Amino acid sequence: MNFVVCIKRVPDTEARIKIAADGKSIDPTGVQFIPSPYDEFAIEAALLQKEKAGAGEVIAVCLGPAEASGELRKCLAMGADRAIHLKDAHAHRDPASTAAILAKAIGDLSPRMVFFGKSSADHGNSQVGVQVAERLGLPSVSEIVTLEVEGDTAKAHREIEGGVEIVSTSIPAVFTAQKGLNKPRKASLKGIMAAKKKTIEELAYDEAPEGLEIVSLDPPPERQAGRIVGEGADAVPELVRLLREEAKVI
Amino acid sequence: MGTGVLAFAEQRNGELKKTAFEVTGLARRLAGELGGEATVVVVGSGVDGLAGELAAHGAQKVIVVDQPELAEYSAEGYAAAIEAAVKSVDPAAVILAATAMGKDLGPRAAARLNTSLASEVTEVSVEGGALQVRRPVYSGKAIATLKFNAALPMISVRPTIFAAPERSEADAPTEKLTVADLTIRAVVEEIQKAQGDQVELTEATIVVSGGRGLKGPENWHLVEDLAEALGAARGASRAVVDAGWRPHAEQVGQTGKVVSPQLYIAIGISGAIQHLAGMTSSGTIVAINRDADAPIHKVATYSIVGDAFEVVPRLIEEIKKG
Ligand SMILES: Cc1cc2nc3c(=O)[nH]c(=O)nc-3n(C[C@H](O)[C@H](O)[C@H](O)COP(=O)(O)OP(=O)(O)OC[C@H]3O[C@@H](n4cnc5c(N)ncnc54)[C@H](O)[C@@H]3O)c2cc1C
Ligand SMILES: Nc1ncnc2c1ncn2[C@@H]1O[C@H](COP(=O)(O)O)[C@@H](O)[C@H]1O
Repeated sequence: MNFVVCIKRVPDTEARIKIAADGKSIDPTGVQFIPSPYDEFAIEAALLQKEKAGAGEVIAVCLGPAEASGELRKCLAMGADRAIHLKDAHAHRDPASTAAILAKAIGDLSPRMVFFGKSSADHGNSQVGVQVAERLGLPSVSEIVTLEVEGDTAKAHREIEGGVEIVSTSIPAVFTAQKGLNKPRKASLKGIMAAKKKTIEELAYDEAPEGLEIVSLDPPPERQAGRIVGEGADAVPELVRLLREEAKVI
Repeated sequence: MGTGVLAFAEQRNGELKKTAFEVTGLARRLAGELGGEATVVVVGSGVDGLAGELAAHGAQKVIVVDQPELAEYSAEGYAAAIEAAVKSVDPAAVILAATAMGKDLGPRAAARLNTSLASEVTEVSVEGGALQVRRPVYSGKAIATLKFNAALPMISVRPTIFAAPERSEADAPTEKLTVADLTIRAVVEEIQKAQGDQVELTEATIVVSGGRGLKGPENWHLVEDLAEALGAARGASRAVVDAGWRPHAEQVGQTGKVVSPQLYIAIGISGAIQHLAGMTSSGTIVAINRDADAPIHKVATYSIVGDAFEVVPRLIEEIKKG
């Protein structure tokens, strides 16, 4: 009867991104790291479901470098009962290999519900949650904005183009959280103190199965310096001419 | 492993989405470069009539998986259908679009096929006989180039980036596949349509977005009228979504939608980095902002420095003149 939540350690979304000397990764100097923002909705969802069930544990799982214990500590402070740190010797993994490792670890926890963020704020693959579900042989509903549980059935809404899909699934199941699912709680002082006393379970991972390999990381192409067409409404005819004749987009 | 490329064509209610043609076109191009054929698979119930349209847009072979259990999308059912199609054609790569459906289906199918998926890709090339892709990372603050070591590369592409081929009179052979023993546990019970029939943001070729510069929701007719005159979708900045002026579904940016239309018009939007993350891959960008120093002007192809309440009505008028 466990509620598992997977969190990733990522650079703060406000951070400036500098590419490292290897040309394949980012230079972490001076970069602040945080739990990926969508993962906070996932943590809150796990906590809410445990509270509703009145039983079981919330277990936070993170595959990441040694420093990721800080992000797990944050989950404990928010109210997670346990934290498992899958220590990764590799700085980057493709979503398939991340999912394979997470699925192995989660499978041992007899999860009732497993929560993920809809996508990570660094590489933004939007893949790991659903891949873990398939590997665990579980159904999944991704990018959910609501979640209701009745017995062994969950009903969730997810946004699709031009509307909302209402999906029902048997539980155990995997869910990935979209913004709006809930309002993540702040850690209380008591929670922070309690988290300091909890131990984070550790497992080491060193396998490097890269189905998808980074060849290079580059700054985005600079958009050509734009043109001020003019000031005020008088510039409109010239703008429309440019859109019609130069850009040919209308 | 073969040399062909398999594309998944999305349909809803028996209608092909525009992205179905975009992935068909890309599959055809890549198959040509790899020396194979472009096969397109369409999944649903009562969808065999769609094969002709796919052939007319470049599919050299169409696989139809038509079963009542697949009438509504389900990741489990559709992934099984893709697996069956892969077994049938043994492709060198699988392509789908990163729509709400594709983003859910792609990872499910990749895990099922035990391979790797590069998602939300914006460029694809063949380098030395192997596929290489580029995709924005860190909310567009960097671009990653990736190559596959996996045997069966899977790619999901961002909508509207790859052009849909022109319709022709071409025809193609069709194969029917049936998937036995479908297990579908996550079931779509209902689809609630958003009101109105506005153009979908992520699929639109033109997007008109408004920001806090429009002062209040009562002024949104400026965005609506311009969007209507252009046949465009409507977007918004987070500031106006947070203020409750517009629904979250319209938010463009890091925590909203990523759009790549041919034309993006930003009205009264300052151009914060988080907003830019959602729209700088647009073809042409127009900024209308009264502050000449607003960062949006730095990414705009064309800017008008001026009051939106004067500029936009005039713009609507000029466009309507045709
Ligand atoms: C973690 C995080 C995630 C975020 N995600 C997003 C996101 O996904 N999308 C997003 O948009 N933002 C996002 N933001 C918010 C972002 O930082 C900005 O606050 C937001 O984009 C500002 O919206 P705005 O441009 O409408 O408003 P403002 O910044 O207030 O800009 C209003 C602009 O209107 C102009 N203006 C005023 N009056 C007029 C007039 N009469 N005529 C013409 N121009 C006028 C002003 O000169 C100004 O440039 C995020 C922020 C954070 C911290
Ligand atoms: N290394 C990781 N450790 C734990 N959870 C992860 C990891 N990578 C991704 N996730 C989870 O999967 C979600 C989606 O990640 P992604 O597929 O990379 O966009 C994240 O929001 C996390 O919940």
